[in-house]
Amino acid sequence: MAEPATLGTVAAVDAIKERTGGVGYLEGPRGGRPRRVLTAHNVVLYGTLLVIAAYFLLPLWVMLVTSFKTMDEIRQGNIFAPPTEFTIFPWIKAWAQACTGINCDGLSRGFWNSVYILVPSVVVSIAVASVSGYTLANWRFKGSEAIFTILILGAFIPYQVMIYPIAILLGKVGLFGSLWGLVVVHTIFGMPLNVLLFRNYFSSVPEELFKAARVDGAGFWGIFFRIMLPMSLPIFVVSMIIQITGIWNDFLFGVIYTSNERYPMTVQLNNIVNSVQGTKEYNVNMAATLLTGLVPLAVYFASGKLFVRGIAAGAVKG
Amino acid sequence: MAVTHPAEVAAPDAARVRRPSRLLRNIPAKIASIPMVLIALVIFVGCTAWTVFYSFTKSGMLPRLQFVGLDQYDRLWSTPKWWTSIENLAIYGVLSMILTMALGFFLATLLDRKVRGEDVFRTIFLYPFALSFIVTGLAWQWILNPEFGIQAVVRSLGWEGFSFDPLHSRELVIYGILIAGIWQGTGLVMCIMLAGLRGIDEDIWKAARVDGIPTWKTYTHVVIPMMRPVFVTTLVLVASGVIKLYDLVKAQTDGGPGGASEVPAKYVMDSMFGAQNLGQGFAASTMMLLSVVIILIPWAYLEFGGKKRG
Repeated sequence: MAEPATLGTVAAVDAIKERTGGVGYLEGPRGGRPRRVLTAHNVVLYGTLLVIAAYFLLPLWVMLVTSFKTMDEIRQGNIFAPPTEFTIFPWIKAWAQACTGINCDGLSRGFWNSVYILVPSVVVSIAVASVSGYTLANWRFKGSEAIFTILILGAFIPYQVMIYPIAILLGKVGLFGSLWGLVVVHTIFGMPLNVLLFRNYFSSVPEELFKAARVDGAGFWGIFFRIMLPMSLPIFVVSMIIQITGIWNDFLFGVIYTSNERYPMTVQLNNIVNSVQGTKEYNVNMAATLLTGLVPLAVYFASGKLFVRGIAAGAVKG
Repeated sequence: MAVTHPAEVAAPDAARVRRPSRLLRNIPAKIASIPMVLIALVIFVGCTAWTVFYSFTKSGMLPRLQFVGLDQYDRLWSTPKWWTSIENLAIYGVLSMILTMALGFFLATLLDRKVRGEDVFRTIFLYPFALSFIVTGLAWQWILNPEFGIQAVVRSLGWEGFSFDPLHSRELVIYGILIAGIWQGTGLVMCIMLAGLRGIDEDIWKAARVDGIPTWKTYTHVVIPMMRPVFVTTLVLVASGVIKLYDLVKAQTDGGPGGASEVPAKYVMDSMFGAQNLGQGFAASTMMLLSVVIILIPWAYLEFGGKKRG
């Protein structure tokens, strides 16, 4: 009987494992660590990773330093350099004073508009998608597979093909230009991905569980609320992450289905930064850009691995 | 009559006990799937058909049922702006597919080498994906700004003749947008690829090592063929994202300089909501749909063929 420690030693002296850098444990950072840190292999590996990481971090860095500089410093200095005269004024101006057209109350208006759009859209879209996914996984009916196929294909239809007739339909039911119209639109276009996620997740729940619940007399909603929901918290979180970032970042539907007063933050941001009137205040623009990116970034950093697992699970299983 | 009568009554009775009428089974499930069915049929099928149908009419400011055959398409294909849009989309699409796939897979293999701080690197590579295209476009618009951005910095370091101003060059502008697009989209590809790599059975790696196959060869000969479905899925995801390209262009260049970075999605938007020329918008969006179909059919065919082989 080999002790675990002995096994570790055997693995560590395994010549091929040394050469391949020890990829035996694909589950994650488990198993023996590489012995020498500064091998040529490691230098190349980490060097490459660091260079690429720098490319990915560059825009965030540039936005951050620009947003804390004065316009004078921007005109004279290097965009990559940190600010010498640290100022928070651009952030205040971006939030409360920046102008779009005649309104000069800053991005705060867009922020709150986006919040009002986001909350009902996320709730409704996830409710509809989860129930639909559950139906497709556990309560198939004649033609349900066809519906599922249409939904998945729907993900590939360019939005531009559908926006006009949807506007007409929304107009007919009196929702065009209203908040709820936009909620409906976000629900529609969130369907393909989220239904796929939920359907795949619910399909992986052991069938015995479902059958046992049916034998015990649970119906459609009973099984959904008492068995599926408690088991599927992770997938709901994943779906929420997808929907929050997706809806917050939406620009197209915000432009089409809302009007000036109701524009979401992304639309207002674009109007502020790309407005042709007045001198360009790059520091205010960058502060405004970062403010708009803050919500999805916060969601992203807070959710961490779940975000990753979610998009990966959805894509690979699909 | 008297003999058959009880049987006639009994038969539907038994049928009701054993299997109630198809339509009446699982009523809650059917009610719950009404929104899904409506979205699939009315929006995805109905609205798409509506647009295709109206692309053959003389719709201007409002949709109008006056058929003009292929006139809208004739006009579309004789509009230089449309040609620019198509060219740009082709360049952007092909390059961003190749580059995000290659870079994404490369990064995934690097992270799969049991890297210390894998989570940190992954977080860095993926965070742009959480940002909107508007934010992405504006950030890169600023970095590529000729007066203050990369060009100015390199010049201030003493290289006076250095020129890097893609956003104000008719030829280079689409590459300027491509840089931003790759920055935004590579992380997603990397994550999917990494999940694919992690999904490969450990025993396969063990077997390859026992046989003394070098790591790179294991990747090219074993891992990549095994990951074919992952590659295909990712490619389709990237491709469908490419066709939707609109926000990024809108924020970064707004189609400029002089319409050199127009893309089809923007052409549609401009025709429908700017120029009040719905017919052109419908025709252009139908062409977009057609290009998606052209991408999807070989994919579906390939997948179908693959399943038969497997």
